[in-house]
Amino acid sequence: MKQEFKIISDLIEKNTRVLDVGCGDGILMEYLKYNKEIDIRGIEISKDNVQKCLSKGLTVIEGDAEKDLLQFPDSSFDFVILSQTLQAFLNPEIVIKELLRVGKKAIVTIPNFGFWKVRLHLLIKGTMPITKNLPDEWYNTPNLHMCTIKDFYNFCENRKIKLDKSLALHNEKISSINRLNLNTKNLSAELGIFLIES
Amino acid sequence: MNINVNIKNIIIDKPLKLDCGQTINNYSLAYETYGSLNENKDNAILIFHALTGDQFVSGINPITKKEGWWSYAVGSGKAIDTDKYFVICANVIGGCMGSFGPSDINPDTNKKYGTTFPVITINDMVNAQFNLLNFFNIEKLFAVMGGSMGGMQTLQFVNNFPDKAKVAIPIACTASHSAQNIAFNELGRQSIMADANWENGDYSNQNKNPNKGLSVARMAAHITYLSKNGLQEKFGRKLQERDDLKFGFDADFQIESYLRYQGSVFVDRFDANSYLYITRAMDYFDLVKEHHGNLSKAFEKTKTKFLIISFTSDWLYPTSENKEIVIALNAIGAEVGFVEIESDKGHDSFLLKVPKFLNTLGDYIKTAYSKN
Repeated sequence: MKQEFKIISDLIEKNTRVLDVGCGDGILMEYLKYNKEIDIRGIEISKDNVQKCLSKGLTVIEGDAEKDLLQFPDSSFDFVILSQTLQAFLNPEIVIKELLRVGKKAIVTIPNFGFWKVRLHLLIKGTMPITKNLPDEWYNTPNLHMCTIKDFYNFCENRKIKLDKSLALHNEKISSINRLNLNTKNLSAELGIFLIES
Repeated sequence: MNINVNIKNIIIDKPLKLDCGQTINNYSLAYETYGSLNENKDNAILIFHALTGDQFVSGINPITKKEGWWSYAVGSGKAIDTDKYFVICANVIGGCMGSFGPSDINPDTNKKYGTTFPVITINDMVNAQFNLLNFFNIEKLFAVMGGSMGGMQTLQFVNNFPDKAKVAIPIACTASHSAQNIAFNELGRQSIMADANWENGDYSNQNKNPNKGLSVARMAAHITYLSKNGLQEKFGRKLQERDDLKFGFDADFQIESYLRYQGSVFVDRFDANSYLYITRAMDYFDLVKEHHGNLSKAFEKTKTKFLIISFTSDWLYPTSENKEIVIALNAIGAEVGFVEIESDKGHDSFLLKVPKFLNTLGDYIKTAYSKN
């Protein structure tokens, strides 16, 4: 988790305007606020989380990213972050489109459903995978659209979304993803981190 | 009720041109303060009151002998901590708690103004209260805030004085009074005017009082401040001190008795003409129209940090209307936080003991102030 925050922080330039979509209780926002001189805002669907954020002095609005990103003008943020939330949306495709409209660049991180442990779980046990990054049962998971690193990579390429940086994270180790090592990274990484722009 | 005892007021000699075209000067603004202004003069909070509120925010109101209207939120150790902040609240002009209003005597006629009092607006109220900064020698307020009509004044204040408050917290309000709200206000006004004792607004010169009309106005309004679920839970169909229906028109149900009581105590502390004038000011409030349909323009020049709060069961100033303000602020990249608080207490939630609301408000203010 901490490693993911550090990578995201390294991708963001100083003195920029940043929006954290699905900011939860504001833990990433706080990390970025204190490690980086940026103007950061958040949008979060859970009332309890929004109250926690506001209590901490974070500028957060309660809202649903699938509807409420509309209120932000084009390119109103330098970076828009979507940390491990894409899979929870009803329509991830529209959300990505909105991220790239509102932000000049977007940072999207995804729990990799292609990770070998996940694959093995399904193969051996024959039940829906439960791992550190995917702790919920099939019937109560908020994750509606799980995808793999390879899925997301292909998704971007097919839609001519520029992949400025594609990073794989496994055991706190970061490596670059490219066309050639895509299948390997898709098997070995728990988390994919992408810096994209339209 | 002798209201002159215990009321602090300043006489404002700077002329104020009202939206209606008239100019007033040497008018009274009644106020109250809590806590003390620090040396840096950076801890002042100006609170705006709602329709039937007054300057007595906290503690015992010396006139009504009841708890101040925002006692849950304002006081020592509370969300708006008077040990830490200097809280100022003034009675709006048009009101009846010591500020220039329709129950004042017109020096030209030696009679009470009644309906010869000029129609005032939210803008006029805010411009009058701005003089308090001068009076207390405050260059910039730490915060402006208020619920309902107090929220409208908060928005108007930032619009008029973009660099005079660090933080603005409009609660359960709107940027443009809706048809439904105008309708309810009109119902209240018509109820007052239908009372024969109203005498075209001249009642106090004739030693009369349109108490029945005013109390019905209050009863109707009171329903709009609550929620259906809240009412159902508190009263249901419970009977008032009787075992069965009486087949008459006395208050059989507790809810009837409750409303009658609310109406009857209201007339002891509120002036019917003030009710007309203040509801009119609310109806005229339209910050969107003031900026030709683009609310964002109201806040273009400001660096003030906003926190907007609405309540789930508030159907009078619903979340959707509060959100319009959030959207307008986000459209220009202003710093705005927003939360809808879960509560079944309706529009009145901001006045009541709603812990999630009070905690969020308190923590937000505390962190915003520590970053001073």
